[in-house]
Amino acid sequence: MDWQTVFLSFKLAFLTMLILLPAGILISRLLAYQRFHGRALVLTCIVLPLVLPPTVLGFYLLHAFSEQVAIGHWYQQLTGHSLIFTFDGLLLASVLFNLPFAVIPMQRAFASIPADIREAAWCCGLSNLRTFWQIELPLAWPGILAALILVFAHTLGEFGVVLMIGGNIPGETRTAAIAIYDYLQVLNNSAAGKLSALLLLLSFTSIVLINVLNSRMRHNEYRHSI
Amino acid sequence: MNTDTPSDYLYVKLRQLTPIPLSVDFTCGKNELIVLVGPSGSGKTTLLRSIAGLHHVSEAIIKVAEEIWCDSQQKLFRPARQRRAGFVFQHYALFPHLTVARNIALAIPGKEKSRSQQEIDRILALVNLQGMDQRYPGQLSGGQQQRVALARALARDPALLLLDEPFSAVDMVTRRKLRRELVRIRQQLNIPIIFVTHDLDEAYMLADRLFIIHEGRLLQNGYPADVLARPASARVAHLLDLNNIFKARIKSHDRGRKITLLQWGDTTLECSINERFSPDESVDWVIPPDSIILHRVDRPSQGERENPVDGIIEQCLSLGENTSITVRLEGQASRLSFNVPTHVARRNKLAELFPIRVSLLASAIHLMSPGE
Repeated sequence: MDWQTVFLSFKLAFLTMLILLPAGILISRLLAYQRFHGRALVLTCIVLPLVLPPTVLGFYLLHAFSEQVAIGHWYQQLTGHSLIFTFDGLLLASVLFNLPFAVIPMQRAFASIPADIREAAWCCGLSNLRTFWQIELPLAWPGILAALILVFAHTLGEFGVVLMIGGNIPGETRTAAIAIYDYLQVLNNSAAGKLSALLLLLSFTSIVLINVLNSRMRHNEYRHSI
Repeated sequence: MNTDTPSDYLYVKLRQLTPIPLSVDFTCGKNELIVLVGPSGSGKTTLLRSIAGLHHVSEAIIKVAEEIWCDSQQKLFRPARQRRAGFVFQHYALFPHLTVARNIALAIPGKEKSRSQQEIDRILALVNLQGMDQRYPGQLSGGQQQRVALARALARDPALLLLDEPFSAVDMVTRRKLRRELVRIRQQLNIPIIFVTHDLDEAYMLADRLFIIHEGRLLQNGYPADVLARPASARVAHLLDLNNIFKARIKSHDRGRKITLLQWGDTTLECSINERFSPDESVDWVIPPDSIILHRVDRPSQGERENPVDGIIEQCLSLGENTSITVRLEGQASRLSFNVPTHVARRNKLAELFPIRVSLLASAIHLMSPGE
């Protein structure tokens, strides 16, 4: 087993998840509870990676990360290295690419909390922050957890964007999905098979977990409706 | 009824045009229980939510016990969490992931644990839910959830209690029990209660003062018996489910006999003198069903000579103890309806198409300005 690629995939998936936990909650909560100008546009941009070919997203990110463009230039100035073909660039691309997988389930989870439950919290004298910690977060938690698992599994399996932004640098950007492709190119079926089996197992487990959490959410919704 | 407390403990003035029009002013005494009655969409719930700070009204003044909760002119708007208003939601809105004790504890101000445990026990005893503190809302019956919602609203030591159709989601037996509980609990509170309901019986039973609200306007407010006997307009009468509302013309006033004569189609009626209306003026009038007296076939009864009118029974429906009678009157387009005890209907052999004579008690005929 090529543990280096497995470790890199896990590291990428874990860090993507870690960044999208607060970011996803922030954005999804905003989308669930606030009506503002441009809301539809924000939603469209977030959902876009779902339908966009990874190569198209990769193409634009590649441009955005290049040193001739503000983001890439600024990053180069700040850290001394480029975003392209580095783990940092890969992570940023992964976060953007995974936004819909984090935001959509989280938004659903927040939106499914009946409005009067939040209002009841305010009427109990709870501040917005306490309402978030003590009421919204526990009730939306199964949905948030499901979103995180989805992000984790999806990052492990991502191929197109990783290839375009990260290339195939061992220890830096060579993830398990890339390695499988590489092994097949050199006819190393056994290594490709082992990695494939691992990814299959992880994906399967993730879906089972997500289903369990979703049914828990439905159970919660039922309890709200009593 | 508590009329000895100052009647301006709560002052509310609200004006808005959208999303639903609202134009109300009222004050409320410290121990008073106001019941808001009106059809769906009339603004009852919006009114309640505005007081609680859950709805932003463009022009508003809300003052509770010298505290200003909202004054749009001064651009002052206290958010709901800073208004000490206990709110009971129609569907309770209990926190489903927290136990009964935690539901209540969250609303108790201050953080001292031992004090808050004592407070929880006291409030649970008040709403008759001792021993339920470790249950989750999903494990409680509708009536018990309702009590938890009330307990949570009281836990904040509110300056005001707002109840939005609190008994609408429980069965009739539980509803009756909860009404009695509310009457018992309010004796131990010393705050105004505003109660929204669709149920007129509930309103008559609980209200110190009844507010009739329609299209965001307060059409009438007063003691329930007064509002019921003397609705301000035909619209109010309709909203109170009074059926016998008619149009007539003032014929004359007879100061000597202290009566006003009404021309109603071909019939002349007498009623208590009311010089607010001048002769020839059009009026609406209403009579409560219990002031329509059936003339018995076998022997004359009291009040028989007052405003006798003849007609044909159009509908005769036996509804348990009472029978509902609808009469088509001679020379009138409108119908008169009233109830008689079923045994009386049987004894008088009342049936559809039978001729009938009734008296309309003069003192019960109430005149109103004509509506649209």
